[in-house]
Amino acid sequence: MEHTQRYPAGVTRAPSRFLDALQRWLPKLVVAPTFVLIGVGIYGYMLWTGVLSFTSSSFLPVYDFVGFDQYAKLMANDRWLTASLNLGIFGGLFILSCLVIGVILAIFLDQRIRQEGAIRTIYLYPMALSMIVTGTVWKWILNPSLGLEKLMHDWGWTSFSFDWLVSSDMAIYTIVMAAVWQASGFVMALFLAGLRGVDSSIIRAARVDGASLPLIYWKIILPSLRPVFFSAVMVLAHIAIKSFDLVMAMTAGGPGYSTDLPAVFMYAHTFTRGQMGLGSASAMLMLGAILALIVPYLYSELREKRHD
Amino acid sequence: MTDVVRTGFRPSRVAIYGLLLLAALVYLIPLFIMLVTSFKTPMDIRTGNLMALPTDWTTAGWTKAWSEACTGVQCEGIRGYFWNSFKMTVPAVLISTLLGAFNGYVLSKWKFKGSDLFFGMLLFGCFVPFQVVLLPMAATLGKLGLANTTAGLVLVHVIYGVAFTTLFFRNYYVAIPDALIKAARLDGAGFFTIFFRILLPMSTPIFMVSLIWQFTQIWNDFLFGVVFASGDSQPITVALNNLVNTSTGVKEYNVDMAAAMIAALPTLVVYIVAGKYFIRGLTAGSVKG
Repeated sequence: MEHTQRYPAGVTRAPSRFLDALQRWLPKLVVAPTFVLIGVGIYGYMLWTGVLSFTSSSFLPVYDFVGFDQYAKLMANDRWLTASLNLGIFGGLFILSCLVIGVILAIFLDQRIRQEGAIRTIYLYPMALSMIVTGTVWKWILNPSLGLEKLMHDWGWTSFSFDWLVSSDMAIYTIVMAAVWQASGFVMALFLAGLRGVDSSIIRAARVDGASLPLIYWKIILPSLRPVFFSAVMVLAHIAIKSFDLVMAMTAGGPGYSTDLPAVFMYAHTFTRGQMGLGSASAMLMLGAILALIVPYLYSELREKRHD
Repeated sequence: MTDVVRTGFRPSRVAIYGLLLLAALVYLIPLFIMLVTSFKTPMDIRTGNLMALPTDWTTAGWTKAWSEACTGVQCEGIRGYFWNSFKMTVPAVLISTLLGAFNGYVLSKWKFKGSDLFFGMLLFGCFVPFQVVLLPMAATLGKLGLANTTAGLVLVHVIYGVAFTTLFFRNYYVAIPDALIKAARLDGAGFFTIFFRILLPMSTPIFMVSLIWQFTQIWNDFLFGVVFASGDSQPITVALNNLVNTSTGVKEYNVDMAAAMIAALPTLVVYIVAGKYFIRGLTAGSVKG
C-alpha cells in the first residue's frame, strides 16, 4: 500500500513501470562489470592461453596450429621434469609438515592455555609477510658461510656444516623449511577453530569410559575433523602448485635449475626465454593439476550443501 | 571442550607449555634475526653471528635501504617502490572491496536466473593459477597502454581480487534473514536504499575482513608485479627481490634485512592492529561458502 504513496497523485503508471523495470535490471547492471572482468580476465584469458599452447609461439604470439607439439616437448624437457619432481617433493613435504605441526600446536593450544591469544598471534604472523620477505630472511639464515653454520661454530659445534642452500640436491628442502615456517601457523588456526567446534559431551562420555586423552584425540576428535583436513590440504596444495615467490627470493631456481617449480619454469620460458608456446603449455598443465584437485572438492562441497 | 581437559596432571602441563613456548621461539627467531642484523655494521655481521646482538647499534642499514641501495641499475633505495606499492594497493583494495560488497549483495539478496552460475564462476576463479592468465593479460595491458604502469597493476589486482571479496560479502549477507529485505521492499525501499540503510550499517566486520585481506594480498604480491611492471612502476616486493639478488659489489646483509623489514612493516602493523579480521579472512578464504 505504502508503495503507491511514494508517488504524488496524478503521476501516471508509465514512470513507475520504468522504475519497476529499472529495479528489475539494477541487480544485473550492478554485477555486470564484474561479470565482464571475470569473463574476460579469467575465462577468456584461460582459453587464450590454451590456444597459445597449441601454437609454435616463441617471442611473439603466432597462431599456427601445431597440435600437441608443445606438450610433447614439455614432457621431454629435463627442466620441466625436474620442476614437476620438485613440486612432488616440495608439495608432499610442505603439506605433511604443515599438517603435523599445525595439528600438534592446535591440540596443545586447546588445553586452556594462559595467554593463548598472544601465542596464537605469534604462530600466525608469518602468514602476513610477503613470501619475498620470508625468502630474504631464510636465505640469510641459511647463508653457507655467515648464517646458521657460523652460529653453530660460535656456539662450540665446530664440525657443523650446512650448505643446503647452494647444494643442488638439498636446496629444495630449504624452500620447504621456509614455506613450512610461513604456513604452519595457518593450519594451526584452521584446526584450532575445528577443535573449538567439537561437541564436548562425546569426549566426556569417552573419559567416563576410561579412555585416555591421547586415545580420545586419535580415535574420536581427529577423525571428526576430516572436513578441516580436506580444507587444509586443499589450501596447502593450492599454495604449493602456485609457489613462485619463495623460490625466486631464495634460489631463483638454482643452483642450475635444481629448485625449479612449475610456476618458475612457466615464468622463465614465457617471459625471459621467449618460448611462449612451451610456457603456455606448462601453464595449462598447472591448471590441469589444480582442476584435478578442486573439481571433486567443490563438487562434494556443493552436494553437501544441497543436503543441508 | 576445554573443561574436559582439567584433569591433566602437572608434569604434562609443563611439557605442553614448554613445547608451545619453544614453537613460539621458532616462529619469532627469524624476525629477531632480521631485526638485529638490520642494526649491525657490515663488520659486525662478519665477526659476530646470527643471534648476537649488535656491538654498536646503527641505523645505517635502514637509511641506505631506504634511499641509497641499488635495486638493479638504479641506486635510489626502495623508498620510491614503497610508495608505488601504496599507490597500487590503496585504490585496488578500495575498488575490489566496493565491487565485492555490491556483488555479494546481489548474489545473496537479489538472485536472478543465472546468478548461481555466476557465483560458481567466481568461486572457481578463486582457484585458477594465475599462470594461465599472465600472457594474455600482458598483451592486453600493452594494447591499453597500461603496461608498466601503476594503473595497470590496479586493474589486474581488482580483476583477480574481486572473486575473493565477492565471496566474503556473499557469505556474510546470506546469513542475514531475507524477511528483513522483504519487509523493506514492501515498505517501498529500493535496491540501493536497502543496501545503504539496512545492510551497510551491519557490514563493518566483513568490510574489515575484505579490506585487510586485500591489503595483505596486494601488498605482498610478487608475481603480477614482476610480470606487469618494470623500472619505476615496480612494487616493493619486486624491488626488494632485486636489491637482495643484485650481485654487484659486496653483499650488505644489514641493508637486505632493513629493506625486508621496510617491505614487511605495513602488513605486520595491520596484522598486529587487526589480526582478528585477518584470521577470519584466512579461514573464510579456505572454508568457502
